Amino acid sequence: MKIGAPKELAKGEARVALTPESAKHIIKLGHECVVETGAGEAAGFPDEAYREADVTVVDSAEALWKEADIVVKVREPSEKEAEYLKKDQTLISFFWPAQNEALLEKCKAQGATVMAMDMVPRISRAQKMDALSSTANIAGYRAVIEAGNQFGRFFAGQVTAAGKVPPAKVMVVGAGVAGLAAIGTAASLGAIVRAFDVRPEVAEQIESMGGEFLFLDFEDSQDSSGSGGYASPSSPEFREKQLALFQEQAPEVDIVITTALIPGRPAPKLLLEDMVKAMKPGSVIIDLAAEKGGNCELTKPDERVVTDNGVIVIGYTDFPSRMATQASLLYATNIRHLLTDLTPEKDGKIHQDMEDDVIRGVTVTHQGEITYPPPKPKVQAIAAAKPKPKEKEPTPEEKKAAEISAFKAQTKTQVTMLGIGGVVMLLLGMVAPASFMQHFIVFVLACFVGYQVIWNVSHALHTPLMAVTNAISGIIVLGAVLQIGSGSALVGLLAAISVLIASINIVGGFLVTRRMLAMFQKS
Amino acid sequence: MLGQQFVFAAAIAASVLFILSLGGLSNQEKAKRAVWYGIVGMAIAVFFTILGPGIGGYWLMIPMMIIGAVIGVYVAGKVEMTQMPQLVAALHSFVGLAAVFVGFNADLERRRVLASQMIEGATDNFSAFAALVATKTPAELAFLQVEVVLGVFIGAVTFTGSIIAFGKLSGKMDGKPKQFPGGHMLNAGAAILCLLLAIVYLNGGGFWTLLLLAALALFIGWHLIMGIGGADMPVVVSMLNSYSGWAAAAIGFTLSNDLLIVTGALVGSSGAILSYIMCKAMNRKFVNVILGGFGGTSGPAVEIEGEQVSIDAGGVASALNDADSVVIIPGYGMAVAQAQNAVSELVRKLRAAGKDVRFAIHPVAGRMPGHMNVLLAEAKVPYDIVLEMDEINDDFPKTDVAIVIGSNDIVNPAAQEDPNSPIAGMPVLKVWEAKQTFVCKRGQGTGYSGIENPLFFKDNTRMFYGDAKSSIDSLLPLLD
Repeated sequence: MKIGAPKELAKGEARVALTPESAKHIIKLGHECVVETGAGEAAGFPDEAYREADVTVVDSAEALWKEADIVVKVREPSEKEAEYLKKDQTLISFFWPAQNEALLEKCKAQGATVMAMDMVPRISRAQKMDALSSTANIAGYRAVIEAGNQFGRFFAGQVTAAGKVPPAKVMVVGAGVAGLAAIGTAASLGAIVRAFDVRPEVAEQIESMGGEFLFLDFEDSQDSSGSGGYASPSSPEFREKQLALFQEQAPEVDIVITTALIPGRPAPKLLLEDMVKAMKPGSVIIDLAAEKGGNCELTKPDERVVTDNGVIVIGYTDFPSRMATQASLLYATNIRHLLTDLTPEKDGKIHQDMEDDVIRGVTVTHQGEITYPPPKPKVQAIAAAKPKPKEKEPTPEEKKAAEISAFKAQTKTQVTMLGIGGVVMLLLGMVAPASFMQHFIVFVLACFVGYQVIWNVSHALHTPLMAVTNAISGIIVLGAVLQIGSGSALVGLLAAISVLIASINIVGGFLVTRRMLAMFQKS
Repeated sequence: MLGQQFVFAAAIAASVLFILSLGGLSNQEKAKRAVWYGIVGMAIAVFFTILGPGIGGYWLMIPMMIIGAVIGVYVAGKVEMTQMPQLVAALHSFVGLAAVFVGFNADLERRRVLASQMIEGATDNFSAFAALVATKTPAELAFLQVEVVLGVFIGAVTFTGSIIAFGKLSGKMDGKPKQFPGGHMLNAGAAILCLLLAIVYLNGGGFWTLLLLAALALFIGWHLIMGIGGADMPVVVSMLNSYSGWAAAAIGFTLSNDLLIVTGALVGSSGAILSYIMCKAMNRKFVNVILGGFGGTSGPAVEIEGEQVSIDAGGVASALNDADSVVIIPGYGMAVAQAQNAVSELVRKLRAAGKDVRFAIHPVAGRMPGHMNVLLAEAKVPYDIVLEMDEINDDFPKTDVAIVIGSNDIVNPAAQEDPNSPIAGMPVLKVWEAKQTFVCKRGQGTGYSGIENPLFFKDNTRMFYGDAKSSIDSLLPLLD
């Protein structure tokens, strides 16, 4: 199969869906790779680099669409590109099928198979193809860098000879992939990071990235497991409490990064005008939800707005494209992983397995039919959060009482055992001859010694222990030795056999133990 | 000829040396010295006993010892480390058989002495053991009979039990539990019959009672171990180890020999403690293991969601190249596939690349206690990176890659998560807490216990199907 990547047509889009590196891997799967001339230029991959990776470079988009069996792209196809699509051709790109119904119809009419990278189900196995996450990760990072660019102060607090610098306070709203990346980046630059999310189960993740979770005590908190790990709209009461929290935070924080999105809906308005008014001059708001209308009321998509009180609101929507090289590398790797799953035999043949959760989920048109929306995946994205039973920490008194009762119980069992043992000994002493009791003392003491000694044996040496106990249990040879000189032929014979096998035991057991122990070596 | 006092002195020295020998096994370096204590102790004991008073038959004894020693040297030199469990089982059977023979002899001698005392009333022409018997009072002789019964019974059970264990461990016999209809009722019946025969014997029954008792005990040993499956062998082998000790101790009582008693008691308690440790590691009762089968379940097992996802050598290799810390969990499958050398080479390569590689050993991994440690030692894996379950279990969340090689039940999360699972409560290695887990396994089947393993269905688990040795070998060239 020929995999082809055209130059992106969308304005300002610098990414490319095929990099020389991903091409090398795809060629290993048995495919051929084609690229339109100049496709990777903006992302830092010149045609020459592609040629070196055995990728054919063609002159025009038209030629590429004609030649390629599978076209890989970043943005959804334009009208013109959709025209190029032919029957049985496959297109892999971001598609947003819910928002682009007309385009979907068109592609179906052309008879092409369309696989939407934004439809990758959120299951662990598909993480390596999750382009939304890899893109969001870049956006989160870039948002902090952009904020730093606009913000007039240090992130980290410093005490210098010229005076004390307080650390910047960053608030991140929405702890999805982008939010977490932003938390991590800001925290590692030295800022104090607080983060909020409607899903209480992400608190741990926020803390693991170095942020502080702004906890909102509310009974009806969300469980995101039903919605595939994404947030869903919240109740009006919850929203009110949430806004009150932001109102409280607004005068304190220097940088706000909002990433709150709900799938298939406009972005929720979380930073109202009066909150922005309450912020200090020079504060920065980065609205990563600008494309969906923005989380801040003052956001204008693709623009930098400065409010009357000097707060900068950034509404850029092209953060990934601003880091085109990195973004292309990750996106191309996502595509490459999808192609790997599509080519299970590595023979250059595409196997469109509609039973596979991932491939089924991604495919939105196939064989002249619209296959969107896909059925629910067989594997749940996130296990339903189980309420953790609270274990009560016992008070010191309770602990002490428990210890005392345990000690008492132990004493009781020990005394009982000793008592029973004593009675048994007495009974035995009544019938047994004195010579037997002498041997019995030796026996009991030996058992105790054995008990004490064996517990100290290292677990790693249990096999040598068995071998050596085996060897010394060959001591039974002494019994046979005592009998072998008997006058009876039968006794002599049995004793001789016993001597023979016990000797095998002794010699074999000791030698094999020695052999084993010699093998144990320290590094 | 040395006097009896020398023999006693030798016995004391040997006992002390044996205790030191076992105590020295507390760590690997001391152990290398400790085994010499054992050898010297044994040499002293045998030497002084042979030269002690009343010993005869050297013309038969010495050649037998030499033949036995030669066979022992040959076996010890030839055995593969993977075959250790069956070697140990085979050696147990020898002790068992020797105990039976010595027990028979004791009874035959007793009869001979009594018979001749009846006729002549003289004791001067008996040698060795017979002479000792001749001096015993009637009460002592009665106790001697009890001791003979015990020695013969335990010895016989140990003998056939060990042979079956040997057969199962060496693969010469099907590892699955098998029993006659009637199951443990047959064993119980045979045991009751043994008790009756013992009573008849103690009340003056003929030698046939002892023979029949031995035959029944042989049956019990055979039938009992036949009913126990392959993966419970660690318990069985330790139990037989214990029995062989008790048999020696019982014979020691018969012969009034303190050295035999001390040694037997040491070995017996050692085996008993090992069995206890093994049972605890499986969270099962000893009786439950011996009677076979798993404990009853209290409800349907939790259904497993998800699918087993396989991965190829390239995928595993790239994950290993990226990892900083790796934990390997070997199991019986590694021994079966003889993969320990390949694993050792893998470890060497990973360590050379500066990665932290360790082994996690579950107490019941393999077919006998400490089996994995010996295999890894043979493959020159340094013992200080081979850790016990308790030492490493808390480190899994910090581990990048966990590789499970040929183990199943000991890494089954159901033991902790599903109260209805047959192995619920068994301590297991928490490999699923590692960032990524690879399971090297031959096929999709369940483990010995027949319990589905939810680990294989976890999101961060990948199945690396294939023979362990060839799988690991295929990994090696892909590592950098």
